[in-house]
Amino acid sequence: MEGMASLTQFLLVGLTLGSIYALVAVGFVLVYNVTGVLNFTQGEFCMLGAMLAATFVRLGIHFLPASFLAVSIVVLAAALLERAAISSARKATPLTLIFITLGAAIVIRGVALLFFGTEPYTLPVFQNLRPLQLAGASVTWASLSALVVGVIVVLLVFLLLERTMAGKALRACMINRLAAQLMGISPQLMSLLAFVLSAAVGAVAGIIIAPITLAVYDMGLMLSLKGFIAATLGGLASAPGAIAGGLLLGVLEALGAGYIGSGYKDVAAFIVLLIVLFVRPDGLISAVRGERV
Amino acid sequence: MRKWPLLLTVLLVLLYPYLLQSTYFRTIGIFIGIRAIVVIGLCLLMGYAGQASLGQAAFYALGAYTSGVLTVRYGVSPWLALPAGIILASVVAAAVGWPALKLRGHFLALATLSFGLIVYFLLKQWSFLTGGPSGLSGIPALSVAGARLRSAEYYYLVWGTVALVAWLAHNIVHSRIGRSLRAIHDSETAAECLGVDTFRLKLQLFVLSAAYAALAGTLYAHFVRFFSPAAFGFKVSIEFAIMAALGGMASIYGGVLGVATVTLLIEVLRAVVPLALPAAHAVAAVETAVFGLILVAVFIFLPDGLAGGAQQLRTRLVARRAAAAGQTKEARS
Repeated sequence: MEGMASLTQFLLVGLTLGSIYALVAVGFVLVYNVTGVLNFTQGEFCMLGAMLAATFVRLGIHFLPASFLAVSIVVLAAALLERAAISSARKATPLTLIFITLGAAIVIRGVALLFFGTEPYTLPVFQNLRPLQLAGASVTWASLSALVVGVIVVLLVFLLLERTMAGKALRACMINRLAAQLMGISPQLMSLLAFVLSAAVGAVAGIIIAPITLAVYDMGLMLSLKGFIAATLGGLASAPGAIAGGLLLGVLEALGAGYIGSGYKDVAAFIVLLIVLFVRPDGLISAVRGERV
Repeated sequence: MRKWPLLLTVLLVLLYPYLLQSTYFRTIGIFIGIRAIVVIGLCLLMGYAGQASLGQAAFYALGAYTSGVLTVRYGVSPWLALPAGIILASVVAAAVGWPALKLRGHFLALATLSFGLIVYFLLKQWSFLTGGPSGLSGIPALSVAGARLRSAEYYYLVWGTVALVAWLAHNIVHSRIGRSLRAIHDSETAAECLGVDTFRLKLQLFVLSAAYAALAGTLYAHFVRFFSPAAFGFKVSIEFAIMAALGGMASIYGGVLGVATVTLLIEVLRAVVPLALPAAHAVAAVETAVFGLILVAVFIFLPDGLAGGAQQLRTRLVARRAAAAGQTKEARS
């Protein structure tokens, strides 16, 4: 039973991590498919969300309004970024666009360092509650709430994409930008929408990870990279794929850290990515579809 | 006409150690040279063959660590460690490039990026060999016939290597291979239809750029003589790629210009920002933010990099002069 309990423990940790990676990956896939930009600021949105929420809570604001405020600010920042940097350079080559987002990520990190400093921030949520016992494994309320919020946000994004007119337009743009434009959908507007939506999702991911791991000004890069891996595992083409990729990556990482040793956790994640890229460049979870040219 | 900028650059590079006689400026000059070797390789790969690499620091690290480990742990001569590093990096590049170069566009960028990170994490993990996060120290300085190279001599060694590497790259670009590469850059399918073995060419170039990076890494190792994995992280790979892109990629000299610009920009910010801001963490923050802002602005306004921007300016000036000449002619008649 000992082994069973530790397996449950690893799975729970993995799913918690995975739900965060999934959120980052969803934002990443949205922007990538609508604008063709490999957006390195995705992880910085998470960092900003986490740091802002933690700062507001420290100032004495209740957790929920603090989070709402943090997400709103991140969304505004993303809209500004899209208008100022991405939209005005949309005729540039994909590589140049990557460098623009890399530059923007450096700017965000610098500004964050200026305002928040180098110290890690805590975001105390459910701290007084004792961990839950679940099939021999213990799970903190913070992890559990991360998992629940992750699922809710994913469902909300799904509903938005499937059930609303704006979401359908966004999906049309993801599938074929030119055809969508011919149908009267403005790619510029959709690009803005994709950035705003991915920033909101990213900020939420940051806020739910902060109570578990602490928030630091330079946490964004690693989150971006994990988001890339998750999105690539999922085939880089669809939100459901990205979610599955994120959960898979989280579980793989937790199992790797648990059974092999935590020192190799990050190496393992990138080796998995390389193997997937080399063996199945369309992703592990992609459905059969025609090649995108 | 076009020879003048090159001649001036050569003259500037030759006289530089005597124009600014301080260890600080000499060190910067050496660093620009070392990075230029990496970036010239990247320009060939990214600018001419159109293949993005976001993991070039890994090969730089392979050169530096092969040299460092062989000389420190096994007492091998640096002059023997140098080819060893280049060979190791080339073999690894061939092994990684074989599957990776079948990927296109963003997927290749992601693959090289993850390769770079894997090497970085392993350097930190394998402390029995690399010294781990605390680094590798006690690397011997380079010496010729028993005499240790001093900084001015090291400067000329590095820039001599830059000249050699640039000359080789220039010859590649202006040969049949260069024309094939540009064909790959524009359309791989079209190049293949014309009988270009695109995969082989891309792989050869990938290996060559890795060899350049390893060569630069060795020169770096014997110059700083102490380093840790932090000198070869993701940030460094990105800086190399940004230097290449900033220079305009499709020109070897542009690459060197990109290196000099980025290196000097960082140094200027490091010197100027503390004057305006006293708090220590604010200085680092403003440096970072301003550096990022300048990058974003350059890539928005000069998507073809500095060399491309200069080219545009020249065409515009020539056109304006021609227009002015036309007007005066009209006025006369």
